[in-house]
Amino acid sequence: MRGTSSKNSSVPRRIFRACAGFVLTIFAGGCLTATMVRLSPGFSADEELLDARLNQESQAALRATHNAERSIAAFYFRSLTNILRGDFGYSRSMQRPVRELLAARLPVTIRLIGIGLAGAWLLGVSMAAFVVLRRGPISRGLAGAIMGLLLSVPSGVLALIIYYQGGPVQCLIALVLFPKIFQYVRNVLAHAGRLPHVLAARARGLGIGRVFLRHVVPASLPQVLALAGVSVSMAISAAIPVEVICDLPGIGQLAWKAALSRDLPLLVNLTFFIVVVTQLGNLLSDCAGAVFTRRGL
Amino acid sequence: MKSLLTIAASVLGCIATFAAPAPELRFCLHAEPKTFNPLLVDDDASETIRYLTGGVLIRVNRRTQELEPHLALSWHVSDGGRTIQFRLRPGIVFSDGTPFDAGDVAYTFKALMDRNLHSPTADPFRSDSGDPQIKVPAPDQVRITFPAPVSGLERLFDQVAILSSRSPAKDRAVLGPFMMASYQPGVEVVLKRNPKYWRHDAAGRPLPYAETVHLYIQQNRDFEMVRFRRGELDLIDTLSPETFEQLSRQMPQAVRDLGPSLESEMMWFNQVPSAPIPDYKKAWFRSANFRRAISAAINRTDLCRLIYRGHATPASGPVSPANQFWFNSKLSPQPYDVADARRRLAADGFRLSNGRLFDRDGHQVEFSIITNAGNTAREKMAAMMQQDLRAVGVQLNVVSLDFRSLIERISQTFAYEACLLGLTNLDLDPSAQMNVWLSSASNHQWNPNQAKPATEWEAEIDRRMRAQASTIDMQARKADFDRVQQIVAEQAPFLYLVTKNSLAALSPSVRNASPGVLRPQTYWNVENLIVAQNQ
Amino acid sequence: MKRIRGILAALLLAVALIALFPKVITQAPYDRQFREAAGCPPSLRFPLGTDDLGRDRLSRLLYGTRLSLLLASASALASTLLASLVGAAAGYIGGWCDRMVMRAIDLTLSLPWLFVLITARALLPLNVSPLLSVAITFALLALVGWASPARVVRAAVREMRDSDVLVQAKAAGCRGPRLIALHILPQLKPVMAAQFCTAVPIFILSEANLSLLGVGVAEPLPSWGNLLRDIQNQPSLTGGVLAPLILLVVVIGCFQVVFSVEDLHS
Repeated sequence: MRGTSSKNSSVPRRIFRACAGFVLTIFAGGCLTATMVRLSPGFSADEELLDARLNQESQAALRATHNAERSIAAFYFRSLTNILRGDFGYSRSMQRPVRELLAARLPVTIRLIGIGLAGAWLLGVSMAAFVVLRRGPISRGLAGAIMGLLLSVPSGVLALIIYYQGGPVQCLIALVLFPKIFQYVRNVLAHAGRLPHVLAARARGLGIGRVFLRHVVPASLPQVLALAGVSVSMAISAAIPVEVICDLPGIGQLAWKAALSRDLPLLVNLTFFIVVVTQLGNLLSDCAGAVFTRRGL
Repeated sequence: MKSLLTIAASVLGCIATFAAPAPELRFCLHAEPKTFNPLLVDDDASETIRYLTGGVLIRVNRRTQELEPHLALSWHVSDGGRTIQFRLRPGIVFSDGTPFDAGDVAYTFKALMDRNLHSPTADPFRSDSGDPQIKVPAPDQVRITFPAPVSGLERLFDQVAILSSRSPAKDRAVLGPFMMASYQPGVEVVLKRNPKYWRHDAAGRPLPYAETVHLYIQQNRDFEMVRFRRGELDLIDTLSPETFEQLSRQMPQAVRDLGPSLESEMMWFNQVPSAPIPDYKKAWFRSANFRRAISAAINRTDLCRLIYRGHATPASGPVSPANQFWFNSKLSPQPYDVADARRRLAADGFRLSNGRLFDRDGHQVEFSIITNAGNTAREKMAAMMQQDLRAVGVQLNVVSLDFRSLIERISQTFAYEACLLGLTNLDLDPSAQMNVWLSSASNHQWNPNQAKPATEWEAEIDRRMRAQASTIDMQARKADFDRVQQIVAEQAPFLYLVTKNSLAALSPSVRNASPGVLRPQTYWNVENLIVAQNQ
Repeated sequence: MKRIRGILAALLLAVALIALFPKVITQAPYDRQFREAAGCPPSLRFPLGTDDLGRDRLSRLLYGTRLSLLLASASALASTLLASLVGAAAGYIGGWCDRMVMRAIDLTLSLPWLFVLITARALLPLNVSPLLSVAITFALLALVGWASPARVVRAAVREMRDSDVLVQAKAAGCRGPRLIALHILPQLKPVMAAQFCTAVPIFILSEANLSLLGVGVAEPLPSWGNLLRDIQNQPSLTGGVLAPLILLVVVIGCFQVVFSVEDLHS
């Protein structure tokens, strides 16, 4: 039984199934996040409880602010119905409506991830192609050294070096993602370069560039495009520490602060956002992969 | 031709003058301000904004620690500390021109004391159940009567920024030296000069001198230091010892070690009877001898030297020597004395065997200490304490927890054995620490929320703290609080480790700065600060 | 190239052996504080100098290498194997299995797993040994780190499904798990190797970041993570201070070359 849907399934049915899966994943993501946050230690332990100025009454009031979130099911149901009305809730830790926070910070993250992904893919693919085409030990060794260095240096140290030199810290995501993309693309290209039809083309005397563009690249595309979808979620994951370290006021920094302060409404909404973006990224790469391999979805 | 050149030069000069940046004070907030409502301030960033924009009746001079009249020309405390009457300064207006009078003070205080607000600024005013009575006998006089005496009453007004009762701008109309200009979430807060600010310098020029205050939201302290070195910031209010050392090599004229601050590091043992820890460990922790022994086994001098690079001193108690009036100078820090530690442990029936300590029932003395993760100084301190305690045969396990998990353990579940944390006294007056010292209070960390005091010495602390809170006789209060400090030194419920020094950095372009140890250290006299033209 | 690979493999082995038997190189315990010699530069007594608390940097580096190299490698291996199994199954079986796995991957990539790590640490008894605590952390990292590689493996397997090798194997009667084990997984070696080589430093650095939240390595146990974190706080970057970074770069670089595509393909 092949993995793809039977050709007898109607298109509307497949679209419905895809949409239902999409929605269910978002729903499950939010539910799981709410559960994890609610059950995590320190959920109702606000830092303000250590303020010696607060009397018993104020401390009790502080604890009571969590009452609405104690029942996960009730909180989740309430949140979902509010979201359908456009109300994303109120962030206790930031003391602002969640909608306002997301609207203010989303452009920063989009820009950061956009620059990061573009830079990482450009660098990764070109370097991988160079190494595969050159095939020499020096180029491999040099690439290995650069990748090893970038993979090994903590983001905080990299950020400081860039900042100290007056460089744009926004390129940090590119530097974090580029080694991973390079390694994978290099391996995929090298593997494709050993396929029988490619070897046959080279044996027939075709130029290395032509072989690369006409045979190696098309054979590698599905796997490379699969990574494209994953790289979106990798970029979002990388954005969190990068924004925290570099003090960039984006979604990643917001997620970190929300996690530290167990801000349930904010975290659930951020999870929805990340799940949607991840799924969209994967969907796009699946579509692109299907187009290139001429298979149905 | 000549006249054309002259005109051109004049025009260029005018353009240059217009284009010259106005003097701007620039520094960082280390977190996003949570609120701009001065009555609800509970975090450092919001407090900074309140300090810069809010007008207060009485201001604590951060250098001399004395009270100074601000919006109030004078005040009088009577009725044993139950009543305070203010006479207000005439001719003051809010930043939008709305006149300031006693009605505004009454309005602000009423809003502050609203029980539904749960303002952290309000709770210290609540000495008893019942609400204060606020009367306005004249437009420039306010009288507030509390149901019970409030000790240190006047100092509390340093935290109360007066709001306008009539301004259409609501809480955006301010009486402080600066007012809100713009706020970019996550990026910066910009304050601009309040043109209606009431203070003038000796020559009659209106204050503040700075036109704007630029507060960058920057959590990363390394970045902050880089920006300071580049000249993008004018001051750093609190420096870590490592940053201080780095800056003192590169910009020695910029760094200041102001001496002991009000911050100290301390540890305590869990003495909660219902704590989910073995009974034999509870018995250890309840013994004053055991606690004093552990205290004696810790080398505080090494902690100051290695972790704080000499910018700290061994702590003698809950009050820093920086708190000039309340510090009990008769107390001295617990000296490092391994022999004394061993003697005390032996007196309690502990015995050493093969380098390990055992209690009289044969249990090896081993306990864990929790501290908040990410605070490298505390983690290192715990590591040093591990080695120190090994010398007396005690096995210490260090557990770093994220802050909220730690708070949950020390205030809700009590599932811990010992805790290492820091203490910052924002207020000099010991009445601000009532919720720490009273045995029934929730911040009585080693054994909170007691129905009745578990020990005689805690009962005495309760009596002394209540006594000092119910009188305005400063000498009597001092005697009571000195005795509390003495008891704490003898019984060691808290083991005070080090008092950190106040470290700050000030750009040479900032003049009239007079940094002190009370927060805000460097810009407490912000209206007098002159900033040379920023580059 | 073979000679270079051989030399680097020997270097990796040497690092691993030294890390397993650090007492051969240095007698100083990793947690002993020589406080009178705190912050010392390299010397005969302390070849890499001492840290802020007077602990021998060389000793901490060697013991930290043992911990990080072993645990991060084990974790990376576990996550790679898990990813390969799940990805291979999804890619090969397809249909509902593929859809379920893809949803699970999307969820895993989106959820804030930080809480799982914090919760796990908070649930551990306070007196648990630091080694056990960090082993559990790495195990959890492996459990949450399978999603990205699984997706990549799935795509590779989908591509492989109609290849000549698999068609012939199926024609010969090889099916199901046997087909996956004998024919699919071996062809996934380059992909798995790439994921493994990437995962090892990621896990090491993740441990450094997690220690900021209390789920990293507790004092006084050294690890590459907390040694790297210390670099940021040093007033000057001497050889002793940079040694963990240099060693990590060398080890990762060796991994890259030793476990290269050509070697695994043959």
